[in-house]
Amino acid sequence: MSLRPVLESDKFVVTAEVGPPKGTRMEHVLEEAKLLAPLVDGINVTDIQAAAMRLGSMAACHLIKDVGAEPVLQMVCRDRNRLALQSDLLSAWVLGIENVLCLTGDHPELGDHKGAKSVYDLDSVQLLHVARGLNEGRDMMGNELDGKPDFCLGAVVTPGANPQEMQILKLEKKVEAGAEFVQTQAVYDVGAFRDFMERLGHLQAPVLAGIVLLKSAGMARYMNANVAGVSVPDPLIKEMAEAGQKDKAAKAEGKTADHKVRTSIEIAARLIRGLKPLCRGVHIMPLGWGQHVPAVLEAAGL
Amino acid sequence: MVISEPKPLEEILESLEGQDKVFLVGCTECATVCQVGGEEQVKEMAETLERHGKTVMGSVLGDPGCHLLGLKRQFREHGEEIGAADGLLIMSCGNGAQTAADATDKPVHVATNTLFVGRVARFGHYREMCSLCGECTLEQTGYICPVTRCSKGLLNGPCGGATAEGKCEVDPEMDCGWLLIYNKLKEQNRLDLLKAYVAPKDVRMHPAERTLSREGGGEA
Repeated sequence: MSLRPVLESDKFVVTAEVGPPKGTRMEHVLEEAKLLAPLVDGINVTDIQAAAMRLGSMAACHLIKDVGAEPVLQMVCRDRNRLALQSDLLSAWVLGIENVLCLTGDHPELGDHKGAKSVYDLDSVQLLHVARGLNEGRDMMGNELDGKPDFCLGAVVTPGANPQEMQILKLEKKVEAGAEFVQTQAVYDVGAFRDFMERLGHLQAPVLAGIVLLKSAGMARYMNANVAGVSVPDPLIKEMAEAGQKDKAAKAEGKTADHKVRTSIEIAARLIRGLKPLCRGVHIMPLGWGQHVPAVLEAAGL
Repeated sequence: MVISEPKPLEEILESLEGQDKVFLVGCTECATVCQVGGEEQVKEMAETLERHGKTVMGSVLGDPGCHLLGLKRQFREHGEEIGAADGLLIMSCGNGAQTAADATDKPVHVATNTLFVGRVARFGHYREMCSLCGECTLEQTGYICPVTRCSKGLLNGPCGGATAEGKCEVDPEMDCGWLLIYNKLKEQNRLDLLKAYVAPKDVRMHPAERTLSREGGGEA
């Protein structure tokens, strides 16, 4: 079952994300997927995230489906031309993958193979257009397909990007091109997100607000400095810093403590509660902290 | 303007190994403007090569260096010097170097690396403006080229990677091309132009070797 029926229902939609390994050891991803599958409506699998070479999204999607997850194939435009993108979409469909999130993809310059040739033969709007064409039974040249997919297509947006208006203009094109749902970059400011959603008022596609678990004050500061469109407000950084100090103090006394984890869970749950009235769901990106997602959902009352 | 830069001298000398008598070819146009193959640089190169034991038989500035018939004529005028040379050192762009190679039977060597088609921002500063994609979309983007100015060549708007300061994720010194487009169109109250879907480009317009023959253009 694709995400589509959930998106069409009244349910508050929850999706999560796992990242394939750099190598062939799939155990961790499969364990994380198995843990999350009963709790969420879909699990995104990143596609050579941050342009750091790793195992592919399609194979990982296929394998997490076997452990009961509903995979969302992330597909970036960086690495494949229009032939390979379309071919991979058809391949994904026959492997049982029914949801695709179309993204531009980080530039190779940001990754671990800086000299790689970047492709970007299509952009994310064009990829959505092409994927919708496949759903309708034709390739992008208009040739008829012998058997067609029926993907539920998704798009991304960065609400915190500046200027926001330009992001919204592009998002409108994505929805027009065929996006049935929207997942956002990490959100930490409910008020700013409310303003963003008000500006999107007319948009037809359901929006799932991005939640990235804060692991430490340092991570928050790093994201503020280095991740485009992400802004963690100072009070949240302070909360994480204080929790970190408590953990350090406990450790000095020879005790184990988990203030940072508990604070991270509390912040994420608080954000979700605040965002819930504003949008159709949340997309949780645990970045390796998948084991804490059940606690986040419980604390958020989901 | 075709923008090129000089190759390192060691590389030039290596390519000229065994060729003691050299004829130099510059260009009156692009290579003069980007100071790689103008009169002055040809003179300097002659002095440098002489210092490294070469004999410079003579020189000419192609007018321009990419004009095949013109260059053939200029080479004929310097027939004696070229005839006595072991090889030619071309100090214009790759286009000029190949034109020279077709205009003489002597071996040619190139003294530059050709970089891009660009404009002269100010003397000595050049900026790539056009990627020669063959399907111009400038009309939709406020005359700022997304193929060239966006590091991903995106046609339907920006990625999410620009910094808060509006710089590209690839290079903190480089403006986000889409931000430039947005600002320009907003200023002109023409943001509506960005609402239209832009279809993928036909890359056949950008094959390995492009030619253009205009009607009435005469023989090539």
